[in-house]
Amino acid sequence: MTATQSLLAPPRLSPRLFAVWRRNFLVWRKLALPSIVGNLADPVIYMLGLGYGLGMLVPQVEGVSYIAFLAGGTLAYSTMNAATFETLYSGFSRMHVQKTWEAIMNAPVALDDIVAAELVWAASKSCLAGTAILAVIAVFGFAASPLALAAIPVVFLTGLCFAALGLIMTALAPSYDFFMYYFTLFITPMTLLSGVFFPQGQLPDGLRAVAACLPLSHAVELIRPLLLGQIPGHIGLHLGVLAVITVAAFWTALILTRRRLLN
Amino acid sequence: MPLEISGLVKRFGQGADAKEVVRGLDLSLRRGECFALLGPNGAGKTTTLRCALGLTTPSAGQIRLAGLPVPAQAREARARVGVVPQLDSLDPDFTCAENLIVFAGYFGIRDSEIRPRVPELLAFAGLEGKDNARIQSLSGGMKRRLTLARALVNKPELLILDEPTTGLDPQARHLIWERLRRLTAEGTTILLTTHFMDEAERLAHRLAILDQGRILVQGSPRDVIAEHIEPQVVEVFGEWDNSAGQSASGAADWAARHAGALSRRCEISGETAFCYTDDAAPLLAHLAHQPGLRTLHRPANLEDVFLKLTGRELRD
Repeated sequence: MTATQSLLAPPRLSPRLFAVWRRNFLVWRKLALPSIVGNLADPVIYMLGLGYGLGMLVPQVEGVSYIAFLAGGTLAYSTMNAATFETLYSGFSRMHVQKTWEAIMNAPVALDDIVAAELVWAASKSCLAGTAILAVIAVFGFAASPLALAAIPVVFLTGLCFAALGLIMTALAPSYDFFMYYFTLFITPMTLLSGVFFPQGQLPDGLRAVAACLPLSHAVELIRPLLLGQIPGHIGLHLGVLAVITVAAFWTALILTRRRLLN
Repeated sequence: MPLEISGLVKRFGQGADAKEVVRGLDLSLRRGECFALLGPNGAGKTTTLRCALGLTTPSAGQIRLAGLPVPAQAREARARVGVVPQLDSLDPDFTCAENLIVFAGYFGIRDSEIRPRVPELLAFAGLEGKDNARIQSLSGGMKRRLTLARALVNKPELLILDEPTTGLDPQARHLIWERLRRLTAEGTTILLTTHFMDEAERLAHRLAILDQGRILVQGSPRDVIAEHIEPQVVEVFGEWDNSAGQSASGAADWAARHAGALSRRCEISGETAFCYTDDAAPLLAHLAHQPGLRTLHRPANLEDVFLKLTGRELRD
């Protein structure tokens, strides 16, 4: 097999990836409480602040109070943020700064396992944070239906999707500064276009077409109805888009990471 | 055999920009020996190790690590090998004990199996009672020793160390050397790279000097010295008041005038002349009458061989 072929090869994974996942989990567990509070505080403050503050001016959005509308969007975008931060900043630290990946590769663990473990770990962490946010939302009474529990696996899939996209950036990054471009050019505009803060119907037609392709739109389309106690429309489409982006982005990230570390 | 490499070639880049870092390297380790790879920066030492571990795909050549073909079965092979990398890669978020336990997990070793061995591993590294110490609180030498302990969690048959004592103080180096000797005495095969000739001379049963991706010489330290260099060295330096009574000049001027007749070979490096000879007596007798010149007479060592073979120019 030539070097180029092996760079493009499909992922070859082993159960050892769980040992790598466990390493990240054990580090997280040491600082679990501050970590959850950190992931929780910002979105909850925004949700309550905007929801009650702006909600005074906006009587109803799509038939519900503004804060109830905002709750689903908040859960979706904070999941995206948690998965993105984990793969960008923490992942880059482990890969580049602390040389953790290099140490692990000297053991019988392949780079594919490590990148897959980072993917699943970032999704797990964002899911832990997302579940905490969902609990707060439920306490405030904006997730009364048992259907809201079905949002948890959707949150996990959303985490996988943004972790996979984040891993592409990590594989390309020369330094931490590089990640600023990803946030300002991709994450922030996407948050504004994906129906987190206002319905996508408010967007001009051209932008609406672009917005419909964004992964966060699909996460919002699934999570918001579930929190409101409704079955989302086009479930297969939304899940499918998130799954396809996850697989394609993960494979791309894997190729780029192999090129970076195995050459 | 713990490691067999034949015809290893590694190129980086493509086409006209391609750089051949390893150019046809053959190496085979015997069970229980300590083998040192010596070479200036960029000689291909680390690349050779990375190929041997299956961390990068060779451009050509065959590798068998712990009896298994690499890279095809690199993962299985690495299960029987321990590695001390050049750069510190301990987990700063964990204590000393946690570093060992988590690393053992990468080998599929259960916590219940590794936990009872932690005190023994830490003791081997001279880190008794440091179970709960944080990595940031350790000195450079302690970190390197913990990395050594970490490389032993799977009881490896082959231990690979990439510059294990670079940046350590003499005390820490001696402790590492003593532990490595103990490991070879217990039957572990060791492959190490180093810049320190005294380290190779002390530890290695056999060594290879590598330059520009090729092995220049291979053998026991004593044989390599005996075969490739004159046994005696006289280093000459200082001011030379030449017999004509002119103003003082350096050892290089002295060497240009006299070294050819009095030594078999003479190399100038900076202000020092290195005179290599089979019998230093006539040279020393001559030098005794050269006021201002100072001398150091010593047996030739591995560093002399290394510099003879790889040259004295800087490599960076």
